[in-house]
Amino acid sequence: MPLLDVRGLTKHFVRKHGLFRPPSIVKAVDDVSFAIEEGEMFGLVGESGSGKSTTGRCILRLIEPTAGAVHFRDENVLTFSKTRLRLARRDMQIVFQDPYSSLNPRMRVGSIVEEPLVIHGMGSQEERRARVAELFELVGLEPEHVRRYPHEFSGGQRQRIGIARALALNPAFIIADEAVSALDVSIQAQIVALLLDLRARLKLTFLFIAHDLRLVENICSRVAVMYLGRIVEMGETRALFSQPTHPYTRALLSAIPVLDPDAPRQRIELDPSSFNRDAPLQVVGNDHWAAV
Amino acid sequence: MSALLDVQHLTVSFDAARGSRVVDDVSFTIAPGETLGLVGESGSGKSVTAYSILRLLQPPGQVTGGRIIFESQDLLTLSERDMRAVRGARISLIFQEPMTALNPVMRVGDQIAEALTAHHVTSRSEARARAAELLAAVRIPDPSRRVRDYPHQLSGGMRQRVMIAIALACRPPLVIADEPTTALDVTIQAQMLELIRQLQEQFGLALLLITHDFGVVAEMADRVAVMRAGKIVEDGPVRQILRAPSHEYTRQLLAAVPGTRAAASRRMP
Repeated sequence: MPLLDVRGLTKHFVRKHGLFRPPSIVKAVDDVSFAIEEGEMFGLVGESGSGKSTTGRCILRLIEPTAGAVHFRDENVLTFSKTRLRLARRDMQIVFQDPYSSLNPRMRVGSIVEEPLVIHGMGSQEERRARVAELFELVGLEPEHVRRYPHEFSGGQRQRIGIARALALNPAFIIADEAVSALDVSIQAQIVALLLDLRARLKLTFLFIAHDLRLVENICSRVAVMYLGRIVEMGETRALFSQPTHPYTRALLSAIPVLDPDAPRQRIELDPSSFNRDAPLQVVGNDHWAAV
Repeated sequence: MSALLDVQHLTVSFDAARGSRVVDDVSFTIAPGETLGLVGESGSGKSVTAYSILRLLQPPGQVTGGRIIFESQDLLTLSERDMRAVRGARISLIFQEPMTALNPVMRVGDQIAEALTAHHVTSRSEARARAAELLAAVRIPDPSRRVRDYPHQLSGGMRQRVMIAIALACRPPLVIADEPTTALDVTIQAQMLELIRQLQEQFGLALLLITHDFGVVAEMADRVAVMRAGKIVEDGPVRQILRAPSHEYTRQLLAAVPGTRAAASRRMP
């Protein structure tokens, strides 16, 4: 049984064009289905506007989806009451992209990490302090720095604070939404190493949302590729990257710069008329689906 | 061939009294038509180097030493008036952010025309006609209609093309591109790099490409200089730097690029 099972997830935004023109509907997420096994690092990739972040936010109900089902440990999160949802969020957390805007600049970083514990009424003040110190050590920060403010930390350190906050309630599942995209490449490598280490030590399951295919290829066991609100291809990472089947996946992979000046450049241009946007996913290989 | 740009021992400080150097004794040359990739992480001083060449450093930033020889004159000794004749006309700049670098309340055609009239290259009516030609040169479809568009009517990739059109308006021999594709999606980035390559050939441009992305460098550069903490730690031909880096920092930076091994073993069908 997968830890997270997303079925037919749909989010439509209504765009109004004024009084005399009918509103149009933007299908930001359109009938998206995938499942993540316990302990897995599942990659969701796509370019801007593909709907990957909206998908992540709909799973946590930070945005209310229009339709679909999100089963977490066999219970549909979308049917939860507000109270039940708050309890469920102890198990499902998110790390955001921007380490500069996702931390309150007026709060000490210790309080930022402690806040989820306070909101969920966990432990005494003493116990919470001890937990914060433990979390700081877990993510590689100095526990003595709890009284500092976010601006006193570098981008990489701030992302560690965001991770510590996400881990405070001992979640089973974490959505990393472009969690390393804003960082320099050497810092990025450190934070990725931290996430992989935490996954092994704390038996975490990740939905890793990213636009960087090279990164996803390196750390995710399975990948789904989104384009204009739909998953166009999904499967085991090696199969998907070595035998991309959907025209969009092919175009996307061919666009990645290769670290070899002599590599033949074979850019594949996407011809939107070459595929049917509404085609359902079909099996194209072992653990490999494409909407062709 | 003599160098188009010859930067010698450039030193920049933001706090001259304390002597802290943001750019520390940096030297490099660019030949006509050549592409030099200046690579480094944030804070390495690569952008400050570029802005120093154009003398666009904001105080307290200050060039405290060195020479910047461009077309046989030292840019650091030019009057502000003479420097204005260099900026945009002989050396132009492509910024990272196409969203903020364009004037939102001015038609894109007028913004391109402004680059020409500011340097008295052409009259206003001629400049308007040239604007459409330049939009066509950067492969914007239906250019005669698009000149009348405002930036918000264009996509991110199109805006970056407009920026390139403005940069090329006066046919400068040197273009400085500061992370020109960093804000773009990978498929748009690929189109943009292809476009810059084609324009380089067409106009014989030399390019100083500032980036943190070794993949972009591999695609574009003839030579590479790696910067760290204000210093160039290694420079050389692109193949040598990527295949046999001699400096430890270059090796670490290359190793940190995700999927290096996977990408090298993968070839598109």
